[in-house]
Amino acid sequence: MEKVITVKNLVKKFGSFVANDHLNFDVYQGEIFGFLGANGAGKTTAMKILCGLSSPTSGEVKVGGFDIYTETEKVKRNIGYMSQKFSLYEDLTVAENIRFFSGIYGISPAERRQKQDKLLKDLGLERSKDALIGSLPLGWKQKLAFSVAIFHDPKIVFLDEPTGGVDPITRRKFWDLIYEAADRGITVFVTTHYMDEAEYCNRVSIMNTGKIEALDTPENLKKQYGAKNMDEVFLKIARNVE
Amino acid sequence: MKTNSKNKASQHVSQNPLSRRGLEEASISIQNINKSYGPVQALQNISLEINRGELFGLIGPDGAGKSTLMRILMTLLFQDSGTATMNGLDVVKDYKKIRKIVGYMPGRFSLYQDLTVEENLNFFATVFNTSITENYDLIKDIYIQIEPFKSRLAGKLSGGMKQKLALSCALIHKPEILVLDEPTTGVDAVSRKEFWEMLKKLQEKGITILVSTPYMDEAMLCTRVALMQKGKVLDVNTPQKLVENYDRKLYAIRSDDMHRLIQDLRSWEKTDTAYAFGQFLHVTGKADETEACEFENYLLKKEHRELQVFDIPPTIEDVFMNMMNE
Repeated sequence: MEKVITVKNLVKKFGSFVANDHLNFDVYQGEIFGFLGANGAGKTTAMKILCGLSSPTSGEVKVGGFDIYTETEKVKRNIGYMSQKFSLYEDLTVAENIRFFSGIYGISPAERRQKQDKLLKDLGLERSKDALIGSLPLGWKQKLAFSVAIFHDPKIVFLDEPTGGVDPITRRKFWDLIYEAADRGITVFVTTHYMDEAEYCNRVSIMNTGKIEALDTPENLKKQYGAKNMDEVFLKIARNVE
Repeated sequence: MKTNSKNKASQHVSQNPLSRRGLEEASISIQNINKSYGPVQALQNISLEINRGELFGLIGPDGAGKSTLMRILMTLLFQDSGTATMNGLDVVKDYKKIRKIVGYMPGRFSLYQDLTVEENLNFFATVFNTSITENYDLIKDIYIQIEPFKSRLAGKLSGGMKQKLALSCALIHKPEILVLDEPTTGVDAVSRKEFWEMLKKLQEKGITILVSTPYMDEAMLCTRVALMQKGKVLDVNTPQKLVENYDRKLYAIRSDDMHRLIQDLRSWEKTDTAYAFGQFLHVTGKADETEACEFENYLLKKEHRELQVFDIPPTIEDVFMNMMNE
């Protein structure tokens, strides 16, 4: 399988503080990769580097086949990003949001119109084209935010706590979208604090104090740590190190 | 018998030095509260009674109305109609008195980022006319964990430490009622557990605690909870009772291909709901008439391997989702 992310000996320091301490991992095409860790473990720092927003202190990182030091702009064109905190502009309409993000990713107006019609039809949002995002129910907003994040057909989509604060049904519907995207070959790189969601990933890495302490399928991690679920695995790893 | 138990209850309460007023009535009493923001009805006729010394949870997703209700109780927002009292004090008339007896941790980190840990704590102590030493007992267990960083700026703390400082600041004036708005949102699983252990200890000291959370599993740690959605209270009960009252037949199902499993189940006419719950799906049948063996036979025909189907007791999340669907 094709590697879409390769990370070798990634180190990121802030002064004397080591936020990422020799990270090594690969992510494969079409994989749902769970990126877990306690607060302050270094997840956000690593994510920023993978998205081309911050440079490593040392180490080799390739995202979508592009070098993170020299091809930052190409990296950015080939990824999508969505978080619970920031996704769409609430005071723009559905169509305006799509136009805005299309512009940023260099999608031509003709292509946008064609894709937009299909997107709105697929989501059942044709009649809400001119509605402000702020007026949409949370479930719709989330679907749309995710669709916009992958509108430019990125190789990888980064989801930073996409389901925080969302009701249990909407949260599960969101995972249906994640599976569909993965089926289409898009690699999904996702962080979450819901440990049940860790079970839905193909592989999971767990960070603690700047290091990756464990990386495997949920099944193998549970075996390795003699745990009945991922919550227990997480607690064992995070508590042991303290 | 009746008088006896009542005596016991009031004795218990009067031993608690934190409760001074109105020993008989509820600690937080909410009656027919309505609140709208323009066309959005944030709270629709909410009534709740929260007893002294309870650790009471408002459980619900974003947009349920949890923060709005808390802000009204904290005298920071006027309701459109209805009344509410905090230890007998009216949230509109007696707002000055209420502010002296409540501790509040808002959803957003609201301490001074450019003051140190110790300066923040000193500031809040001074505002409430007290000192750190006077009430150190109450915050000791929590503050001790951040004390090594007491000269660090609050803005430079990690998420877990910020949360501990915010809780210390909310407690420094020895409040009778503590109100915490989503203290564990965005907090990792380990820190969440530790935070709830701290809350249990505070409850044992007799403080009434009202806490909101979008994490359903935290409901099990409360004495009672109100399940909220879209400005309404769906149900109020002990978490144990909520789970007991769930009257549907619930099955846990798994196979070697979970994604296909959920699709196959959803497209079957005898399935009502099929939701992912960690390593299993939780599944209900139409009118609860579908038996485990029927699910099994259907899925075997669909060539699912390593198939497991068995009865499972519901979690709070199953209960909540069932109410949302009703």
